[in-house]
Amino acid sequence: MAVTVRIPTQLRSLSGDAAEVEVEAATVAEALKALEAQHPGFGERLFDEKGELRRFVNVFVADEDIRFMQGIDTPVDAGTTVSIVPAVAGG
Amino acid sequence: MSAVSDATVVEPNVLGLRCRECGREFEVAPIYTCEWCFGPLEVAYDYEAISRVTSRERIAAGPASLWRYADLLPVGSNPSVDLGTGLTPLVRADRLAAELGLGEVWIKNDTRNPTNSFKDRVVTIALSKALEFGFKVAACASTGNLANSVAAHAAHAGLRSYVFIPSNLEQGKVVTTSVYGGNVVAIEGNYDDVNRLCAELAGIYEWAFVNVNMRPFYAEGSKTLAFETAEQLGWQVPDHVVVPAASGSLLTKIQKGFQELHRVGLLDEEPNVRVSGAQALGCSPIATAYIEESDTIRPVKPDTIAKSLAIGNPADGYFALDAVRKSGGGFAAVTDGEIVDGMELLARTEGIFAETAGGVTIATLQKLASDGVIRADERVVVYITGHGLKTIEAVAQTSGPTATIPPSLDAFHAAFDIEDH
Repeated sequence: MAVTVRIPTQLRSLSGDAAEVEVEAATVAEALKALEAQHPGFGERLFDEKGELRRFVNVFVADEDIRFMQGIDTPVDAGTTVSIVPAVAGG
Repeated sequence: MSAVSDATVVEPNVLGLRCRECGREFEVAPIYTCEWCFGPLEVAYDYEAISRVTSRERIAAGPASLWRYADLLPVGSNPSVDLGTGLTPLVRADRLAAELGLGEVWIKNDTRNPTNSFKDRVVTIALSKALEFGFKVAACASTGNLANSVAAHAAHAGLRSYVFIPSNLEQGKVVTTSVYGGNVVAIEGNYDDVNRLCAELAGIYEWAFVNVNMRPFYAEGSKTLAFETAEQLGWQVPDHVVVPAASGSLLTKIQKGFQELHRVGLLDEEPNVRVSGAQALGCSPIATAYIEESDTIRPVKPDTIAKSLAIGNPADGYFALDAVRKSGGGFAAVTDGEIVDGMELLARTEGIFAETAGGVTIATLQKLASDGVIRADERVVVYITGHGLKTIEAVAQTSGPTATIPPSLDAFHAAFDIEDH
């Protein structure tokens, strides 16, 4: 299924400046894996050496934090947007 | 990228920006996350250089505002956006202490800032820096207090502003933001939704988002609460501080502030300050991790009257947790009922009217005192960060006239049986 991954400014050097990348995936994990396949380098930026998402990386599916769903195994429907967003301070 | 995003500004006291997670270094610029690991960036200072110029006398001769500590701030010594923030009263709270069975308690009353919260400290720095970088528009995501402050400081500086808030904020905070004439955008969602939207907008618009791309500079403003506390105590530090936690940034920076004072030679002894954190039970991701002795902070959906602390996904939560654990402090989470009681207790004993976040802090003080975490032999400083008029709804049900009577002596005597004339 085709889903859109939205790339934050900080990582666009890896996607050839593209703000969005289309990938084939059924889960968030697959989407991020497909992103790495298309644009090598994303994997080590998003995941630590244990293979866990880095703790300051937030991922949203259709505007909901995946930690409120099934984490990295959260399913994604065709046409859904997966956003990678850095944590920001409070106010 | 345009000229604004690429701007670098060199200050003699600043080395650059450093990632708090992996330690990579960057030039001073309007950036906020490490492009490698996404960790937050922090200002790195040249403490040797600062030690050579700063002194207690130089600070005392400075302005009666937080700008007296400019040597330890990441902005030039001529701040461009200043409404007179800081040097708020440190009030000895003997009646509150007696009520809680404590000894020496002080209230740092930060309701006494230009827009009545500690957020003026971070905004005066963020927007002064924004002007140095050449930004024309100020913006923020806010739970209310930051909105007030950004709107006011932007008006003062002649900057356009876009302030993003959750649409369910207290009316007082919406009115006291909108009055300054900038754009106020109410988002149908909670603060974390607002913040995520702003993180994405910051990638599109060349605006100074004070809590996003200005964050490394913004966050430094909170250190001045520690600087003032030490100076007001005669260049001594408290044994224990109690600090409300939303994102966790304030708590972390207060601890850092005490350490920096020692590092540049302004304190005689190394500070050993126990730091305790306060959260509302309806939004307590950091307190929960502390209580469960967990290293993972799980985000929550906030549900509390303490809206200014209602951040379910606290960006600095890990650093706050670390600060509390390493300093030997504690953490507590208090109910909405305890928050209202805390607001009333502070008002009744000390004559200080705090917003709901202050109720959280006082209720936490009470809880940690009864648990023995805060002891009667400690000198305690409690940070009250926002004014009660901002959240008047919280006490409107329980605070009103003692009696409503006709204008006659008989009616007064009937209502009040006063023996002691």
